[in-house]
Amino acid sequence: MYRIRFHGRGGQGIKTAAQALGTAFFLEGFEVQDAPRYGAERRGAPIFAYVRAARAPIQERGVIARPDAVLVADETLVPVPAAGVLQGLAERTVLVVASSETGETWRERLALPGPVLALAPDEAGGPLAGMACAGAAARLVGVIGRERLEAAVREEIGKLGAAVLERNLAAALAAYDALAPHAGLVAEGAPVAAAGYRPPEWIELPRDTAHFAAPDIDAPATSVAAKTGAWRTLRPVIDYARCNRCSWVCGTLCPDSAIAVDADRTPRIDYDHCKGCMVCLAVCPPHAIAAEPERARAEAAE
Amino acid sequence: MSRRLLTGNGAAAWGARLAEVDYVPAFPITPQTEIVETLARWCDAGEMAARLTMLESEHSMVTAAGAAAAAGARVFTATSSQGLQYAMEMIFTVAGWRVPFVMVNVSRALASPITLEPDHTDVLSARDAGFLQIHCATCQEVMDGVLIAYRVAEDARVRLPAIVNEDGFYLSFTREPVELPDPGAVRRFLPAFDPGSAAFRASHPASRAVAVLGGAPYSYFRYEAHLAARAALAVYDEAATAFAAAFGRSWPAVERYRSDDAEVVFFMIGAFATKAKDAVDRLREAGERVGLVRPRLLRPWPDAALREALAGKRAVAVIDQNLSMGMGGVLAAELASALHGHAGMPMIVPFVGALGGRDIAAEEFFEIARAARAAAAAGVAPGPRLLYTADELREVRKLQAIAHAERPGAGGTR
Ligand code: SF4
Ligand code: SF4
Repeated sequence: MYRIRFHGRGGQGIKTAAQALGTAFFLEGFEVQDAPRYGAERRGAPIFAYVRAARAPIQERGVIARPDAVLVADETLVPVPAAGVLQGLAERTVLVVASSETGETWRERLALPGPVLALAPDEAGGPLAGMACAGAAARLVGVIGRERLEAAVREEIGKLGAAVLERNLAAALAAYDALAPHAGLVAEGAPVAAAGYRPPEWIELPRDTAHFAAPDIDAPATSVAAKTGAWRTLRPVIDYARCNRCSWVCGTLCPDSAIAVDADRTPRIDYDHCKGCMVCLAVCPPHAIAAEPERARAEAAE
Repeated sequence: MSRRLLTGNGAAAWGARLAEVDYVPAFPITPQTEIVETLARWCDAGEMAARLTMLESEHSMVTAAGAAAAAGARVFTATSSQGLQYAMEMIFTVAGWRVPFVMVNVSRALASPITLEPDHTDVLSARDAGFLQIHCATCQEVMDGVLIAYRVAEDARVRLPAIVNEDGFYLSFTREPVELPDPGAVRRFLPAFDPGSAAFRASHPASRAVAVLGGAPYSYFRYEAHLAARAALAVYDEAATAFAAAFGRSWPAVERYRSDDAEVVFFMIGAFATKAKDAVDRLREAGERVGLVRPRLLRPWPDAALREALAGKRAVAVIDQNLSMGMGGVLAAELASALHGHAGMPMIVPFVGALGGRDIAAEEFFEIARAARAAAAAGVAPGPRLLYTADELREVRKLQAIAHAERPGAGGTR
């Protein structure tokens, strides 16, 4: 069975990437299971998705603990422990990072035993990095034909219109072609054998006092401490020359209360907490708010 | 017939579409929303002739479902977790009306603490209501289960509403290959709902579900509903047999997987049962005689079929993905009620696990089988064992340390 995990941020097409790969396997005659995993958060929050594919019906379920391949659409997630990118990586696991740095650099930086490949930005499709990862995975397993991948992308994206489809096809196929030298690098993993298994370290839960054992947080304003600004892929920027100091539209409608209004009616965005949903951009009457990609800003700053 | 990748939610929506339902009262809740969204899209596009109405709560939604079913409409609805709880007054009430409809519940663990991920405490809280309950392990079963549920619920011998249950995330958002049957074949398996003389008509005012005082009429009406639910055992078997003949897929009330010659069997409901099957295959490879017995039908409780499936086994390891506080797992207690007092029944070895979406590792299934075998050899049934590791507690202790820490300066920073 193939067990493949995709990591990225909400809005990068991670769920769609898993579905495109799942459908490509399915069209090749495999049994397939694919699923996204996310919490209650919005755009920009770390999410992952996984694909299982086998020649026989799949009984395994849930998060893939021992992946054959892990593909990362957003390199900023690699060092985030909560994103779980490196979870279960073994010597035989192939890691692919959409990054302008080389696979060798990543391999050394993370001190990984297994192969690491990088998808360079032109191969990684920029904002379509998720779809590029799907194309990369399709080539790495070595059992999915180019035309099957193309048909799968058409099936998953076709409903979104010709222009979106063309861009996604280009991203998936560019990555597929770029990884031709590594076709078949990802191999099917074996199931956990029952003979000689490592028993789980089960424990009895102690009975703690009610105050301690209740799901409470004994501190005020905890959401201030969570810097959700790190989730942002797009940054709203106010053009104060255009802003007419209406004083309430963006500040009231921001779902994260990330826009405060000064006494002189000037709106100020709290970038530590703004998640980049772009609601403010959509609602500002004089169109005074623009969206700037965070990646481009970071690169310009370097 | 076509085979395609569908999520459990997509399969549930296809079940409603193929059943050619007339009315869908709806209210959104994660992880169910995709079902009613899909149906709404089909209704808008004219691909489904149903009327979909968004209600203001699950309480009203279930009331509307019962009322429309009383008028003779074929009704579909769906909910999950807190939504099911919010509707609970009407869940009991509409079952007493003796009106058939199908509600998909997408299992999600209950607050507190609030979460999105699944266990079965939500749906089991409705087990005494008079709804039939079908529990699914695959996306295919979700779609097929909806069709079978209509046939059983609408049968004149039954006339009770039914819940078809699928696990949130593990089925609701997971795509698997699903075989879509031909609509004509579905129509032959499930003809239009014929309420007979029972249908309420606006032109013929009538009182339904009247109040009673004194225990005798109350006992009569409630026990009649119980007898109808018991009659559903045979009706389900007939429906499953007809379904297998029409579509080639067999969904008996009790699934047995490699259990006939097994000494130890896993016993569980829902999507994780397929993980148990995988563990059975691995244990068989290692030479162990292990199997799985899974009640697909939970209400009515197929006690006779369970005894038949379990007679002669040494131990049955019950894995409850629910918790009745102060008691333990619900399935273990229900199974004890089916086995107690009958000769040749296995020892029940209870486990509680997978609460709130917590996974069960392959090694844990192996260890469960070992523990069950050891308990049977020792002749002493242990109390319920929680599937929980030292690492997990360390993780929780870390969270607690953060949650209970004084953080000077927190708050008022803006
Ligand atoms: S509304 Fe604007 S400021 Fe508020 S979170 Fe969204 S993008 Fe950020
Ligand atoms: S909505 Fe636009 S005009 Fe109003 S305060 Fe915000 S940026 Fe300025």
